[in-house]
Amino acid sequence: MTTLTETRNPASADLAPIGLVEAQAFVWAEAELLDRHDYLPWLALWTEDGRYIIPIERDADDYAAVLNIAYDDGEMREARVKRLRSGFSMSSAPPARTVRTVSRFVVETSEPGALVLRAAQIIVEYKYTRTRTLAADVTYRLVREGERLLLDRKVVTLINSDDTLHGIGYLF
Amino acid sequence: MTDVAVEDYAALVRDDRVHTSLYRDAAIFEAEMDRIFKNSWVWVAHASEIADRNSYKTSYVGRQPVIVTRDKDGQVHVLLNRCRHRAASICEARKGKSSVFVCPYHGWSYNVDGSLRKVPYAEGYRDDFDKAEFSLVSLRTEDYNGMIFATFREDIQPLAEYLGPARKWIDLFMKQGAGFGVKALGEHRFRFPGNWKIQLENTTDAYHFPIVHKTFLSSLDEETENLMDVLGQGGWVEDLGNGHSVMVMIPDLIDLEDNLHAPIPERFADLAAELAAEGHADDQVRRIVRAVGGSGFNLNLFPNVACSMAFFRVLRPISVEETEIQHIAIGMDGGPEAGNRMRMRLHEHFQGPMGFGTPDDAEGWERVQRGAQAGDDLWIMLNRGVEAPEGRAAPGHNAGDVSAETGMRAAYQMWKRMMAV
Repeated sequence: MTTLTETRNPASADLAPIGLVEAQAFVWAEAELLDRHDYLPWLALWTEDGRYIIPIERDADDYAAVLNIAYDDGEMREARVKRLRSGFSMSSAPPARTVRTVSRFVVETSEPGALVLRAAQIIVEYKYTRTRTLAADVTYRLVREGERLLLDRKVVTLINSDDTLHGIGYLF
Repeated sequence: MTDVAVEDYAALVRDDRVHTSLYRDAAIFEAEMDRIFKNSWVWVAHASEIADRNSYKTSYVGRQPVIVTRDKDGQVHVLLNRCRHRAASICEARKGKSSVFVCPYHGWSYNVDGSLRKVPYAEGYRDDFDKAEFSLVSLRTEDYNGMIFATFREDIQPLAEYLGPARKWIDLFMKQGAGFGVKALGEHRFRFPGNWKIQLENTTDAYHFPIVHKTFLSSLDEETENLMDVLGQGGWVEDLGNGHSVMVMIPDLIDLEDNLHAPIPERFADLAAELAAEGHADDQVRRIVRAVGGSGFNLNLFPNVACSMAFFRVLRPISVEETEIQHIAIGMDGGPEAGNRMRMRLHEHFQGPMGFGTPDDAEGWERVQRGAQAGDDLWIMLNRGVEAPEGRAAPGHNAGDVSAETGMRAAYQMWKRMMAV
């Protein structure tokens, strides 16, 4: 599930290792984009084949083979962002306000130009006088491309992913 | 809310409207749990969810938690999830496989048919302690084409009779198995802060579709967007009796075994090629592809389940202003993996907490509940489309055009019959 080399193109890869501090800075910048609902720059953070996955099942070997909350390739991410930005989706116009923190970073594997990082994410969500807290384990696969890092895979496993949720009008 | 001074529930349902207290009066909700959910057939499972011997799932009949089991002879049992000793729930897993249920509190163990197997330290009871008196409470259980229902009542009509003309639509819906049979592939579960009947109405509400789901429609390719023009294809809504109704949105997709030689839609071209490469004959490829695309209608079964285009929608009342929904994805039982994967991706696209459809539905339902707090004597209007389109529905059945509120009127007339006792 977290093989580093799966989607790497060795020919173009910048193989300098990705350090924890560099990775954290990337993850925090991404988190802030999402809290600001600033989705166009968020789309640009991804590799072409990157997968954004919000699973239901907690131990699936292959998320493509099971039902998920979201299983997005690039096309679906774009469609999702278009929807959230359109102003015509009742659940995201206006969206809930969110404030999130990402912490408890652990490097799972590190290879030249690629890093798999696990972290904890806490989101506090507010809409219609109601404040909710959502916790998740997040796994990031980051790859280096030229001067920047890109998201190649992000799996957000909510603490209650296989239980009852509510309508979500923003991104994790 | 005290606008119902007496229990004159019949007065709250008129032919073309229902009173707002049906959404917000806690006393009415309590009466519904008693008079409706304890007096009718309530859906608890699809057969594929407990396919194997000794498999089980947990579910609800109204507010009462149950375990749905399949015993070693294949017989299905629906058992109250409560130890007969001191009431502890005996199973908290959502599903699984077990030949015995053991209460975690004092270790009473039960067979999957509910019979009490063993009591620890039995010498503490008198000699006349009779295990037969302490089986798990077992509900009357019947199924139709894989849809398993249970009821607290021994004396109501058989399930098949209760479903009546809805059976034909269940049979059509199950053609999504493409000859392999239908299998539950997984489910989304979510809650919204609103009354259960708001959700019941929604399954037979084509009117909202182009409005609420504008962003879903605009995320589709042009061919599919045209297909999903649900108001523009001559569809209809038909009252099927006993509160059930069918809303036909895409008449071409009523019978998935018809029109097999129509061109394969562009979005299924890759799937068709993959199936052909796997060695499926052209007829079989077409049949599978058409099944993967889903049915063109919503069948609403009173009070708690719908066969909705390509999935089962199950509602569970929690309180007068809280409802839990399951959207169960279905696919082919043993059919090609590629087809089932596509079914799951299509399901994720619209359904669930982050689908392109469900969150907007849920927000709409919440807005209904919030808005319904205003006004002291206002009514929920159900007067859309009282004229039947010609030649559509079965003779003798009340029908309206696809965006008519016929299905809601049908459900509320059943509500009235059950509540005004």
